[in-house]
Amino acid sequence: MTMIFGVPLAVFMGQLMLGLINGAFYALLSLGLAVIFGLLKIVNFAHGAMYMLGAFATLLGMRYLGIGYWVALLLVPIVVGGLGMVIERLILRRIAHLDHLYGLLLTFGLALIVEGTLINVFGVSGSSYPTPAALQGGFQLGFMFLPTYRAWVLVAALAVCLGTWYVIERTRLGAYLRAGTENPALMQAFGVNVPLLVTLTYGFGVALAAFAGVLAAPLYPVSPTMGSSLLIVVFAVVVIGGMGSILGAVLTGLGMGLIEGLTKVYYPEAANTVIFLVMILVLMLRPAGLFGKEA
Amino acid sequence: MTFNRKTLASSIALAATTMMATGAQAEFSDNEVRIGYLADMSGTYRDLAGPGGLEALRMAVEDFGGSVNGASIEVFSADDRNSADVGANTVRGWVDERNVDLVAGLVASSVTIAVTKVLEENNGLGIVSGSAASSITNEHCTPNHIHWVYDTYPLANGTAKAVVDQGGDSWFLLTADYAFGHALEGDVERVVTENGGTIVDKIRHPFPTSDFSSYILQAQGSGAKIIGLANAGADTVNAITAASQFGVVQGGQQLAGLLIFLNDVHAMGLEATQGLLLTTGWYWDMDDEAREWAERYYERTERMPTMVQAGIYSSTMHYLKAIEAVGTDDPMTVKAKMAETPVNDFFSRNGHIREDGRMVHDMYLAQVKSPADSTGEWDVYEILATIPAEDAYRPLSESQCDLVQN
Amino acid sequence: MATTQTLTPAMERQRNARLRRGMLYLVLIAVGLAAPFVAYPVFLMKVLCFALFACAFNLLLGYAGLLSFGHAAFLATGGYVTGFLLSSYPGLTPELGILVGTLAAVVVGTLFGALAIRRQGIYFAMVTLALAQLVYFVFVQSPFTGGEDGLHGVPRGALFGLISLRSNLAMYYFVFAVFLIGFAIIQRTVHSPYGQVLKAIRENEPRAVSLGYNVDAYKLLAFVISAGLAGLAGSTKTVVFQLASLTDAHWHMSGEVILMTLLGGVGTLFGPLVGAGLVVSLQHQLAQSPLGNWVSVILGLIFVLCVLSFRSGIVGEIAKSVRKNFK
Repeated sequence: MTMIFGVPLAVFMGQLMLGLINGAFYALLSLGLAVIFGLLKIVNFAHGAMYMLGAFATLLGMRYLGIGYWVALLLVPIVVGGLGMVIERLILRRIAHLDHLYGLLLTFGLALIVEGTLINVFGVSGSSYPTPAALQGGFQLGFMFLPTYRAWVLVAALAVCLGTWYVIERTRLGAYLRAGTENPALMQAFGVNVPLLVTLTYGFGVALAAFAGVLAAPLYPVSPTMGSSLLIVVFAVVVIGGMGSILGAVLTGLGMGLIEGLTKVYYPEAANTVIFLVMILVLMLRPAGLFGKEA
Repeated sequence: MTFNRKTLASSIALAATTMMATGAQAEFSDNEVRIGYLADMSGTYRDLAGPGGLEALRMAVEDFGGSVNGASIEVFSADDRNSADVGANTVRGWVDERNVDLVAGLVASSVTIAVTKVLEENNGLGIVSGSAASSITNEHCTPNHIHWVYDTYPLANGTAKAVVDQGGDSWFLLTADYAFGHALEGDVERVVTENGGTIVDKIRHPFPTSDFSSYILQAQGSGAKIIGLANAGADTVNAITAASQFGVVQGGQQLAGLLIFLNDVHAMGLEATQGLLLTTGWYWDMDDEAREWAERYYERTERMPTMVQAGIYSSTMHYLKAIEAVGTDDPMTVKAKMAETPVNDFFSRNGHIREDGRMVHDMYLAQVKSPADSTGEWDVYEILATIPAEDAYRPLSESQCDLVQN
Repeated sequence: MATTQTLTPAMERQRNARLRRGMLYLVLIAVGLAAPFVAYPVFLMKVLCFALFACAFNLLLGYAGLLSFGHAAFLATGGYVTGFLLSSYPGLTPELGILVGTLAAVVVGTLFGALAIRRQGIYFAMVTLALAQLVYFVFVQSPFTGGEDGLHGVPRGALFGLISLRSNLAMYYFVFAVFLIGFAIIQRTVHSPYGQVLKAIRENEPRAVSLGYNVDAYKLLAFVISAGLAGLAGSTKTVVFQLASLTDAHWHMSGEVILMTLLGGVGTLFGPLVGAGLVVSLQHQLAQSPLGNWVSVILGLIFVLCVLSFRSGIVGEIAKSVRKNFK
């Protein structure tokens, strides 16, 4: 059997595959954070809570309204994204003129409220969500058994990331967004409704988190705490990629998934920590992150 | 300043003596029995004890009649938020300010160890129902607490032994990387090798972990017959979920969960957990007595009780009966009475409290039912075997507890 | 009486300010000395430890304008080192244990500072968060911390080998003294010429650079002092409660200290004290009330309210209204 650093090749390949799938999750979540940070300059601490809300809405939608997985995949991001827009309009806008650190603190508070409330209503054990019928089973890849659903997660997440990248880099709306990121005052002068753009952007970032939540529902038990543990890892990904960089968020997300996957083979105890180590190293060498522009 | 301090201090002391003098007329301090319930009410361990455990405690007090020899029973509670700090401080406050007679609940092992140290220092009494660590009545034993429901020793002893006996003689261990996981890992290794099995490989995963797919894949690659989960709570749930997604059982391997609660199985559903072997201290559907109590509990909470919640009721009842019998709430007198009375109720069979504070009782080897065999949402276990009290727990001859004469 | 020379209005204002501050300190000390006879000493000690922690944090945020999201690391370092030393070497006196714990926090703080100080704003917050996560990992893995179980039964010992700290009252006065020392250090730092430069850097960093100040060195020193005092708070806390646990190292603790400072008033001397007192009593009271399960929701609400409507915090708002009404 071929061995790579003492690990059978098959296991090694399998780990890379799983790392990539986890990376796709990170990419999706950090993409949302990066979009929000780009225009609003807010580090959205509520991102994990929004991801969790996405998963919960999927679960509750099935349980009480009979909404299936495929409908939820479309509907939940819209509903949670809408909630995000309400939050932006009613709360975040009031502090938009202040130091951006206040945005971080405010969203931190929001996350505590959302999480704490759901814990009191639903408990913490979490509930399982069935894998949709069309995606059950799996493929034998030779080096591993790949569940169909995981393959789907990889494809769906990458497609959404790519779509988002296309919209931002190649369309008129995206051009507004990029210009708004550079110089909002000028955009306002040109007659673009910047406040509306900000609301839509926040809503979109939150919708991406909710979409990740829907994808996660059949994979992990749906529980109120599922977001908070993921959150700071995703922060690290965004910082490594360069805050506000779309491409950076996606590529770093995938890359960190791979690095974490390999750590789980060679030094599993450090799997939760390795990303922070990478982050510190990167910031020492490139202060603005791998893909960020020096401010 | 010193003068002021002295006068103030002495006047407080005077007030205290006067209060004690009036209290001494009755049999109980302050003429009230005060029970403080400390548990995780909002975090990871909320569902296995939490508010439901408090309800069980209240039920016990109500069933007892709300008073002991004319002294009313007061129950208060606090959330330890799984923090040893918060837990120890809360109990210190209860001892100093409220003169608490019994501390019940006690879930996370780190909190429990901290709290029992406080109780030892202040000559209080605690009954531990939720914690898993067997060290609580081993190296961390104190004369001031009793460990009621289960610990890691019978978990390994029950599940691992049964699995090896059934032919599962090669193991891959997945351990949560902290004290509890290490302890469980050690116990399982011992039991497996003693019974002629081998440990093929083991992995320590960070605590907590949400994505277990990578570890499951490594376990699949190891060729072991059994994947043992030396972890708890959300980690176990996540590991089992991942295992079912990656077709572990279809691939010819079996899972052995070492610490699994009713609420975990309920949360994951039978599809993902069927066939799982586990050890439990109690199961609501195990016989008529248990069912009768569980159904009353269900009416109040709309959930079936976990073994911890049942244990809280059972231990509180045992405590109340003891103080009624001895007519005082002095911790050492009460504990002595509790220890000399065998524990036989809906929860415990052949139970008694040993000198290290361990309440030993029959444990049960259970298997999770398949969805086809289950008749309802909470009909999840089939009891396969009873592990007699004497065999279940760590024998006193191996004890490192100072209270045990070896 | 001694001097009758005339004062310029500016000097007089300054003298009045100093006088007012002096009065405040006297009141503070008097309240601190009398408090254990009114309130429960263990609770007060907890407030004082967290107040010192918040004051240390405030030195960095309020006077140097740096938001650290990793201060839990220093609290925990101090706590673990002191706890480990006192339990392993029974002959060691508590003040020495605390001293070494504080020094350990200073060392970790210097490392953090050297790595993070050149980053600004959100990057600074994120780097400190990442570094604190690494420290958390080290504490989980190291055998000397007791991992998830923590360190228990740390002896309180006898101060200088003479005064037993077993009684809560003796312990309280010791903690109060430690708090006053820490508070005095912060006070001296803020009102020294060094503190003035720090403020200048916060207000306009390029200008301070152009004036020839070595900005990084100033910030680093502030960071190290803040880390050391946070460690002092952690060390003292360990002696008081006789335990050290991972709760202190978790990033939620870094969030909590921000809340305390924000609630009391960022950049005010007494704000963190008030904030810590409020948050600790809130947790203490709520945990035992029927609202116990809602503690984190209520803390979240306070966070949101603070940011939305009173950003200067309680003390800051009071100071503002005093200034408005008694000009």
